[in-house]
Amino acid sequence: MLQIKCPYCQELREEDEFSYGGEAHIERPANPEACSDEEWGAYLFFRKNPRGVHHEMWNHAAGCRRYFNVTRNTVTYEILESYPMGEKPAVLAAGPGERN
Amino acid sequence: MSGGSYSGFSLFKNALSYHENWQRAWRSPKPKSDYDVIIIGGGGHGLATAYYLAREHGITNVAVIEKGYLGGGNTGRNTTIIRSNYLWDEAAHLYELALKLWEGLSQELNFNVMFSQRGVLNLGHTLQDMRDIERRVNANRLNGIDGEVIGPAEVQKLVPLLDCSPGNRYPVLGASWQPRGGTARHDAVAWGYARAADALGVDLIQQTEVTGIRRENGRVTGVETNAGFIGARKVGCVVAGNSGVLAAMAGLQLPIESHPLQAMVSEPLRPCLDTVVMSNAVHGYISQSDKGDLVIGAGIDHYTGYGQRGSFHVVEHTMQAICELFPAFSRVRMNRQWGGIVDTCPDACPIISKTPVQGLYFNCGWGTGGFKATPGSGYVFADTVAHDRPHPLAEAFSIDRFYSGALIDEHGAAGVAH
Ligand SMILES: Cc1cc2nc3c(=O)[nH]c(=O)nc-3n(C[C@H](O)[C@H](O)[C@H](O)COP(=O)(O)OP(=O)(O)OC[C@H]3O[C@@H](n4cnc5c(N)ncnc54)[C@H](O)[C@@H]3O)c2cc1C
Ligand SMILES: [Zn+2]
Repeated sequence: MLQIKCPYCQELREEDEFSYGGEAHIERPANPEACSDEEWGAYLFFRKNPRGVHHEMWNHAAGCRRYFNVTRNTVTYEILESYPMGEKPAVLAAGPGERN
Repeated sequence: MSGGSYSGFSLFKNALSYHENWQRAWRSPKPKSDYDVIIIGGGGHGLATAYYLAREHGITNVAVIEKGYLGGGNTGRNTTIIRSNYLWDEAAHLYELALKLWEGLSQELNFNVMFSQRGVLNLGHTLQDMRDIERRVNANRLNGIDGEVIGPAEVQKLVPLLDCSPGNRYPVLGASWQPRGGTARHDAVAWGYARAADALGVDLIQQTEVTGIRRENGRVTGVETNAGFIGARKVGCVVAGNSGVLAAMAGLQLPIESHPLQAMVSEPLRPCLDTVVMSNAVHGYISQSDKGDLVIGAGIDHYTGYGQRGSFHVVEHTMQAICELFPAFSRVRMNRQWGGIVDTCPDACPIISKTPVQGLYFNCGWGTGGFKATPGSGYVFADTVAHDRPHPLAEAFSIDRFYSGALIDEHGAAGVAH
């Protein structure tokens, strides 16, 4: 069971108050019509999935119901920080499939 | 060569020397400097691939490189449910090929994989469940796959301990029933393929981790390992939850995320459940092993992870569902619980594919349900690697589908982890 800090509520709560929202900082192409199939497919389906530090979104489903970002190590499951949407992480993530 | 086949006679002969002189099941060779084909990953799928490369295509200068021990990944961690009742033609044909191979596997490998066709039930608890079940069974039958839609009375007859009383929390409205489905012994599948591949000349190299994939001019030339470089003309990557890590070594990215999936077994009980019972809606699946323990599978953790363990509330939820369905199991004690890392794809179907790197192939994305496919996966992947083009049954599972949009959505049939 992870313990996650919601940056809005400023409280450390158990994982089952939250729902996972997938990789963070993925930007929807501004003009989807202009995307090639490769670009659109990459946006929809391809993920970094690193073995190591990962930026991801969580939703405080049983709390304030807002999305925020978390930096977590996917091997040790240690949570390094959580920060509001729109902000940049302080801890750098691993590259695609990379270990660190 | 390990030599010697297993038989009633060999059992008798070895009994005379207190079973102390059995031949080794496979060699432990030093890696050669290069191979025609290297398979990365010594799980069931990788070992089956190596076996069919040698057996079907005469390619025997092959090594399987495994970072731990054979079958120590998801192969040895899964709940061993086997069935082929998938909705869409592409998936149904692939899983049915596997099921047909299972039916002759112990004979073919001269190794008892304990394949037991005890039948698989997928329960329906709501009207919509039942509609989906009917649609899927009809599709299966059109594909020549056995299946029936049965009502609560028949379900109750097959599984006396299941609570089918009306008005319970998860009412059983019926089920799909695939009599040819069942279970097999997970380790035995890895060992059987390993032994048969070794006998055909395949080198099984354990405790050796691939750390890089060497390429020159867009062609694969071999793999870096913690025991040095090993050359290869072709490399097949079959590493389940670690697929993304291996893809990155070749500069590629995959539409795959790795998640923990948990399972557990109880203390051994007398025989009380002789089929496999699965429920999408409450997310649990259960069978009884030949040893007598109840084998219970949970759902995935929604976050990505490589830690080979999952969150407690996930197993707790599954246990609640199992106890609702089988009130008699509420006082059974659990013996062990563990997790494996499954490689999930957006459409719940595998990727069996060439890659932009010449001579490099991936077989992954089997997610929560690839054990059942082990023989079929190895068969079509070996063919794909041998001929450098997709086997006809593998064509639809190319990585290109994530660009073309031709996804094969099996979330219905694969919706429960299995
Ligand atoms: C809890 C659980 C329950 C499941 N239940 C079912 C079920 O009931 N029915 C079903 O059909 N499926 C089930 N599955 C899914 C099934 O287990 C997998 O889809 C299948 O076993 C995958 O086989 P594999 O050979 O591809 O992978 P694995 O058996 O995981 O083999 C991959 C191997 O690659 C090795 N490897 C990884 N990285 C490297 C490297 N860098 N160098 C060398 N080797 C490496 C690993 O050590 C591992 O041994 C379940 C899975 C889990 C975790
Ligand atoms: Zn909150």
